[in-house]
Amino acid sequence: MSTDTSFVTRSHEENWLPVLELAVEEVFEIMLGTRVKPVASSEHMPSGEFTAMIGLAGALCGILTVSCDAKTAGQVAKSMLGDTAKSAEEVGDALGEICNMIAGNFKNKLAGTDDRCMLSVPTVISGGEYSLHSLADGNCVETILLFEGAPVAVRLQLQS
Amino acid sequence: MDKIRALIVDDSSVMRKIVERSLRQAGIELEKVVEASNGAEALVALQNNAVDLILCDINMPVMDGLEFVRQVATMESAKGIPIVMITTEGSESHVVQALSAGARGYIRKPFTPDQVKEHVLPVLGKKP
Repeated sequence: MSTDTSFVTRSHEENWLPVLELAVEEVFEIMLGTRVKPVASSEHMPSGEFTAMIGLAGALCGILTVSCDAKTAGQVAKSMLGDTAKSAEEVGDALGEICNMIAGNFKNKLAGTDDRCMLSVPTVISGGEYSLHSLADGNCVETILLFEGAPVAVRLQLQS
Repeated sequence: MDKIRALIVDDSSVMRKIVERSLRQAGIELEKVVEASNGAEALVALQNNAVDLILCDINMPVMDGLEFVRQVATMESAKGIPIVMITTEGSESHVVQALSAGARGYIRKPFTPDQVKEHVLPVLGKKP
């Protein structure tokens, strides 16, 4: 996957990064039983063979994506289900739910926003040969974490 | 506790499995689990299956969980069946809408088996 990052700005929305990181950490700890911490994005960049995305509309307008390689997506599904996921569809479903919970957890932590922000149902792309161009190209916060030693990228792109 | 029949409504099959596992981990014995991937499917499932408990997501295609709860409230055959929402939507307005429509409990995702126990056992008339 390639993503245009030239629009990444340093603004007050950057303060949302700790909130996003906390939302990610809670979802991984509660649903996958794994403690994860952010790592430097320059050293760890996931391949993006699986990308789950959730749209946000209302007070926050944009898109939240979760990307990782196929093996890591399989590990996520295995951790959620307690056994090996049976199909690529199930792997995508699991990653979509993780994305859904991160988005929900994130907006629920923003006082005054949760009531006025709606989430879409998740969409999952498998295969890395695509470019993602969101119209919500105002601000972007991203965190990379290591799950089972492999990078997972969580990116929030918001309309300015 | 008597074995119960549960209807689990979520557009994610993975989440339906996790909810079922969480019910078992909460010590709830399941006689039967009926699954539906949206509110419309769940209404059909309710017409064809007797259940003792409904666990329902909110954000789903075709028919969302809040509309499903409103529809169930009008069904004579479904009167008294407790509904617990399990959803990423954590806002006060969603909670109020769900409870006003007839839901008896509300669990925010991500959730632990202990939270399922805490919210589901009371609606089944059991102590958590």
